[in-house]
Amino acid sequence: MSLAKRIIPCLDIDKGRVVKGVKFLEIQDAGDPVEIARRYDQQGADELVFLDITASNEDRGTLMEVVEKVAGEVFIPLTVGGGVRSLPDVRRLLSAGADKVSINTAAISNPEFVAEAAYRYGSQCIVVALDVKNAAKKDEEPRYEIFTHGGRKSTGIEAIGWAQKLVELGAGEVLLTSMDRDGTKSGFDIKLTRAVSDAVAVPVIASGGVGDLDDLYNGLVDGRADAVLAASIFHFGTYTIQQAKNYLADRGVVVRDATIR
Amino acid sequence: MATVGIIDYGMGNLHSIAKALRYVASDEQIEVSFDPDALARMDRLVLPGVGAIGHCMDELHRLELDAMLADVLGQKPLMGVCLGIEALMAHSEESGGVDCLGAFPGNTVKFAEPDAQPDGTRRKIPHMGWNQVRQERHHPLWKDIAPDSWFYFVHSYHVVPDEARHIAGTTQYGVQFASVILRENTFAVQFHPEKSQSAGLQLLANFLEWDGQAY
Repeated sequence: MSLAKRIIPCLDIDKGRVVKGVKFLEIQDAGDPVEIARRYDQQGADELVFLDITASNEDRGTLMEVVEKVAGEVFIPLTVGGGVRSLPDVRRLLSAGADKVSINTAAISNPEFVAEAAYRYGSQCIVVALDVKNAAKKDEEPRYEIFTHGGRKSTGIEAIGWAQKLVELGAGEVLLTSMDRDGTKSGFDIKLTRAVSDAVAVPVIASGGVGDLDDLYNGLVDGRADAVLAASIFHFGTYTIQQAKNYLADRGVVVRDATIR
Repeated sequence: MATVGIIDYGMGNLHSIAKALRYVASDEQIEVSFDPDALARMDRLVLPGVGAIGHCMDELHRLELDAMLADVLGQKPLMGVCLGIEALMAHSEESGGVDCLGAFPGNTVKFAEPDAQPDGTRRKIPHMGWNQVRQERHHPLWKDIAPDSWFYFVHSYHVVPDEARHIAGTTQYGVQFASVILRENTFAVQFHPEKSQSAGLQLLANFLEWDGQAY
């Protein structure tokens, strides 16, 4: 008996639909979020992550409806993020049925917000989402930096120290996305994943770049991630969650056997 | 109609537990309340919560919920969840040492900081994610739940009951700790049944049927 590594499908939500793009471009429709959430739950997903990528504020209400609906019938942890900037934002999402809230850009302009949210609602429900890119030139040692605006804008902040700082402030989990790999299907950035996993005491979710089941294995074993996040390979039916778990279990990774009785 | 009161002392998110109980409840009426008189009238109680125990006990006291609990503990079925299990112990070493409700003799301690493994990996604290629960004895609360079922945990402290007979389930995370404790009319779990899919929902349904017997 031991703690299982988690498989987490990620649902990017735009105007109430699940969408998937490559490096935040070329957005494709992947379906109805409630239906998809239900399907992943039945397949044995360990958690679900919803990221609101809606640009305009008036469409944000649709996300609340989605979360409320999913939380009424899917009883696994739900993390919701995208545009979370204030304590009222956190409260609204928790009230809608989110179990954890993911904070991204707001942590950069105001790291104290992470501390306030963790103090008020508990570290267990505060996830910090880090979008990271290697800013080093070719042939140089990697220099990982925090990026914003879908990976287009550098903040100049060094990523590993930043992760440690946000954990010290109270973040309970780190959602780590390699913007170099996101949407490429070429596998996680293992060096980055391992560096962050080794640097913080809280769980790390690896994200960005999954193309096949071997990539999941590498992220969990070589990258030492506690959980792996993937979208396309599940949305477009390349693999089911159950297939991913069977594959990992065969290679000796502890996963939750979620066969529905 | 049987009534179930979820004790709301302002710590953490009670929407999930309320939603899950409503999902499994057939005839029961589920209410979230911080009013000790209203709660004392309920047939069953749920003591949930996340956060730090010091603040938890302060809030229970400020809202006069500790006095209500002292009256009803052992008298009607109550389920503690996550921070609730810690609150039901006699004492916790968290928050600099805190006296708790005392339904179970024993203490709450922090997971030991793990030594690095030979391969360089280390156990993370909090213990977060899905882990298995070994059923230490037969009990109607385990009805239709497979041995070693998976449940969702998030915690950095764990309870250490003085009396082995109070332990109904254990989990392995560096140490083997009590993840389910049970005595007459009082039952508590370290994990989140409301987030533990079918096994969790079954446990909640079993709690709603429980006659309060410990054996």
